Amino acid sequence: MSEVLVVVDHVDGAVTKPTLELLTIAKRLGEPSAIYFGGGAVPSVLAEHGAEKIYQLDDAAYTDFLVAPKAEAIAKIAGDSSPAAVLLSSSAEGKEIAARVALKIESGLITDAVDVTADGVTTQSVFAGNFTVQSKVTKGASVITVKPNSANPEASAGAGAVEAVSVDISDAAKGAKITDSQPKAESGRPELTEAAIVVAGGRGTGGDFSEVEAFADSLGAAVGASRAAVDSGWYPHSFQIGQTGKTVSPQLYVANGISGAIQHRAGMQTSKTIIAVNKDDEAPIFELVDFGVVGDLKTVLPQATDEIKKRKG
Amino acid sequence: MTKIVVAVKYVPDATANRSFNADNTVDRDGVDGLLSELDEYAVEQALQIIEAGEGEVTVLTVGPDDAADAIRKALQMGADAGVHVKDDAIHGSDAFATSLVLAEAIKKLDYDLLFFGMTSTDGGMGVVPTLVAERLGVPAVTFASEVTVDGDTVKIRRDGDVAAQTVEATGKVVVSVTDQTGEARYPSFKGIMAAKKKEVQEWSLADLGLDAASVGLDNAWSKVESFEPRPARTAGEIVTDEGDGGTKLAEFLASKKFV
Repeated sequence: MSEVLVVVDHVDGAVTKPTLELLTIAKRLGEPSAIYFGGGAVPSVLAEHGAEKIYQLDDAAYTDFLVAPKAEAIAKIAGDSSPAAVLLSSSAEGKEIAARVALKIESGLITDAVDVTADGVTTQSVFAGNFTVQSKVTKGASVITVKPNSANPEASAGAGAVEAVSVDISDAAKGAKITDSQPKAESGRPELTEAAIVVAGGRGTGGDFSEVEAFADSLGAAVGASRAAVDSGWYPHSFQIGQTGKTVSPQLYVANGISGAIQHRAGMQTSKTIIAVNKDDEAPIFELVDFGVVGDLKTVLPQATDEIKKRKG
Repeated sequence: MTKIVVAVKYVPDATANRSFNADNTVDRDGVDGLLSELDEYAVEQALQIIEAGEGEVTVLTVGPDDAADAIRKALQMGADAGVHVKDDAIHGSDAFATSLVLAEAIKKLDYDLLFFGMTSTDGGMGVVPTLVAERLGVPAVTFASEVTVDGDTVKIRRDGDVAAQTVEATGKVVVSVTDQTGEARYPSFKGIMAAKKKEVQEWSLADLGLDAASVGLDNAWSKVESFEPRPARTAGEIVTDEGDGGTKLAEFLASKKFV
């Protein structure tokens, strides 16, 4: 059976849930091998989710520069292992790495897949979620980036044989040097693109997200913001949902004080269940909802928060 | 004298009903097009750099006849010249072929810096800037929320998921920008009049030394096999808050097992 390369996303050894989803998808396509950038002990969770082989690459080049060195290393491994597919997470970095790898190994690329079949046919949601398309790579190995929440991670024992790999990175790949990096402060909330529930606030918050955050915390949800809220400086850009921000596809999306412009809808329309709270009963967001409350979020959300806490006891 | 090339894309208006052609490519005739919003930010950044020193901005696009509108808009904003690569054979090209055409066109242009929007607002892959850099063998600093140029060094800020970073590159550099770089200007009346006199060159594949077998739908490395409109959402329940809106919201959440 052919290898399927899975590029691991981790923060200081903590492997992300989307990576475990990729390993689960990889098992459909062949024999999963993980590519792990970093030193120290390789997290056992990779073998526990089916990784037969784990390529470990530890070199400052992978952290000191933007994506080019990682792409060179992955392309080298792909060249040596002739994989059936290379899977990466659909983050901005994941997509950039995927594109460079695909070009180097002359293989087709599909980004933002929400499903991948055993035949390598992918499903994508396009045009603000208005169309679903099926695509397939027609040349070389299938290089595919997969969106979070596209599979349920399944535990399955893999051999997890660690193989240290050293690649000579070209000077050309070391052109974009990271000169400063400030880790984001931990919010204590789930990561936006991975969260099962997302609660978002917009113009209707008037700049005060406290009701939105309290409601999110009662549900264990991530908090997001519309572009109007971000542009007003009310919430950081990294929490922006929409065409020019992040796309989310959670089980539940709650839009508060968000009118629902097409650019926002592009970022959340594939959410499974959608709820909106808005004073304006003609807000376009109400066209999308499974449940809507026409009312002021400043009174509706605190009441809902209290009721949820009561029910949770 | 800094020479900046900004690559821009003409895209179907996101607020219109976008769809596909019978060959599974994007229908570009059925809806009005415009300059991709994020590319306006790239044009803006390029103009600001030139205005702070001296130089010129050339806008480059690859696309059908109508794509000239995207160039025109950038010229109205203040760009100096345009290059439009068009050729029927390009129809249906994937990101790899598009990056190839752009890279070959860029090689014919004299440039110091290359600017892109972080992604197009139609395909939305966000990979063309990095692919062009890969093909040209130059550094790429992508997803910039802030750009500064000092001599031959480009410094950007980027706001990632796990860290906020500063990144530097020197020489000929590809820069892709987000909408955080600052509002793009509206063309002034003067700008609109001046744009009429600016030169737009039209190049074919032959002008770039490329043949049809390297581009187009038949030579794409991936294919859309089928498409279907998403089923219409069935109308949901909407209640008006009469003092119990929050309770009703919690009840709905409980009925769906979210609580």
